[in-house]
Amino acid sequence: MKTYTYTEKKDTRSGFGAGLAELGRTNPNVVTLCADLVGSLKMDQFIKENPERFFQVGIAEANMMGIAAGMTIGGKIPFTGTFANFSTGRVYDQIRQSIAYSGKNVKICASHAGLTLGEDGATHQILEDIGLMKMLPGMVVINPCDYNQTKAATIAIAEYNGPVYLRFGRPSVPIFTPANQKFEIGKAIKLTEGKDVTIVATGHLVWEALEASKVLLKKGISAEVINIHTIKPLDQDAILESVSKTGCIVTAEEHNYFGGLGESVARVLALNKPTPQEFVATNDTFGESGTPAQLMEKYGLDSAAIIKKAKSVIARK
Amino acid sequence: MSNTQQLIDLTIQVRRDILRMVHKVNSGHPGGSLGCTEFLVALYNEIMDRKNGFEMDGIGEDLFFLSNGHISPVFYSVLARAGYFPIDELNTFRLLNSRLQGHPTTHEGLPGVRIASGSLGQGMSVAIGAAQTKKLNNDSHIVYSLHGDGELQEGQNWEAIMYASAKKVDNLIATVDLNGKQIDGATDDVLPMGSIKAKFEAFGWIVLEIEDGNNIDAILKGMAEAKLETGQGKPVCVLLTTMMGNGVDFMMHTHAWHGKAPNDDQLASALNQNPETLGDY
Repeated sequence: MKTYTYTEKKDTRSGFGAGLAELGRTNPNVVTLCADLVGSLKMDQFIKENPERFFQVGIAEANMMGIAAGMTIGGKIPFTGTFANFSTGRVYDQIRQSIAYSGKNVKICASHAGLTLGEDGATHQILEDIGLMKMLPGMVVINPCDYNQTKAATIAIAEYNGPVYLRFGRPSVPIFTPANQKFEIGKAIKLTEGKDVTIVATGHLVWEALEASKVLLKKGISAEVINIHTIKPLDQDAILESVSKTGCIVTAEEHNYFGGLGESVARVLALNKPTPQEFVATNDTFGESGTPAQLMEKYGLDSAAIIKKAKSVIARK
Repeated sequence: MSNTQQLIDLTIQVRRDILRMVHKVNSGHPGGSLGCTEFLVALYNEIMDRKNGFEMDGIGEDLFFLSNGHISPVFYSVLARAGYFPIDELNTFRLLNSRLQGHPTTHEGLPGVRIASGSLGQGMSVAIGAAQTKKLNNDSHIVYSLHGDGELQEGQNWEAIMYASAKKVDNLIATVDLNGKQIDGATDDVLPMGSIKAKFEAFGWIVLEIEDGNNIDAILKGMAEAKLETGQGKPVCVLLTTMMGNGVDFMMHTHAWHGKAPNDDQLASALNQNPETLGDY
């Protein structure tokens, strides 16, 4: 089995910042907006190099979404930046009417998604954003797994014409995907070949899935780990091909199981190939304060949780 | 361009369109539509610098955004009669498979519409964004928008109003339709807003008033003055005092016709008060 290692850890939001800086140099139509979280979103380099293409809107996310929609009229490609909570739930109707229904080419870039923003607690830890955004017709939903992939995704979505939700996070996580990779929206990446269980993971849970696969292998279980960086449109073929071989699947995400990746996968399976599935996700709950590692353990989102669910689902085959 | 009589003739015809559209499907919003008829007729036929045809990006021309999307009947009629789409298509208002949805949308590709509106309070932000893109594109054209007075109760407006002056969005003329009415009654009864003029001024806008917002000449004069105020570092607000239901005696002086269609007899009476000028669709 192919094994993955890392030499460096970095936050995915910094990957966003690096991608944005590169877009600033290569695409004159890219403009950025931020609701008073420039430092948190790592937008400084873009702003330094392109001050005329940056719009600080203050703490007014609804206005930011509307302005972004308007800016597309005349050919700009706006990237909005704020926390995931304020990028989705707070401004759902603005996104729904002015961006999604209006078909505007806005990139909604959301940092501090999920539990791993840590100590700020549940007011800021949205675990419902994937569901909110994937339900909007025409919205693309992407949750990359590490610094390099987040950078590549940021660059790739500028080339795609239409609304995109790009979700990333605050904690430093291992960098294990290639630098300067080409990011293909909607194309899953098979990380390991396996025959006993498929593990489909997104975002920070991809590394946890790889860690789990190493432990499982020592117990004689070969896991096929798939990085589903794009939750919508979902790569059905990759999922179905894998479960045809393994016969069972675990989905893993830093999100409520209601409305998350797992439910999207379950629909694909129900329609095409009913298959035992277990969900690594939060169990219809709000988060709380704590360190990222403590929270991932308490809420069942770490590699140990994936191992447990993998064993359960194999037993159901 | 047009003379005042031609604009008045068009206004009467647009009124007939509005009444016939909402009557046919027994739904829609005639009151605010009739109140803003003179304004939109003047805007599209005299005030705005528009290109022939429709391109979403609207580069090199003035743009208009309707924030209070429920007055779609007047918007659709004015757009059709300005040449954006066939006038006959007004027949499809609110019908299944129509491009003329209950509230305006880009989703079905109706020429002339650049943003969906209907959920209130969002159009000011959109207009600001479009205005800032014009500046980035070195396009000296103006962005116009229209908002209901009741709509100003939505908080997003005040985020946008604060932003527009802070960022010196001086290529924007936002017009507020002051008809003093909303669905549940008079704005002063539902949620009194005090002086809208003082509020905009306190937020750093240039504010002009058009006291007779149903008079074509007053609109042309007021909007010409507003245009002169652009480009001076401040966004411009026009407070347009209108009569909801204007031109139909039983629809005036009441909020009852905000979202109600006339029956057959009422339609006949309303059309009698507005004899055909340019030809019905």
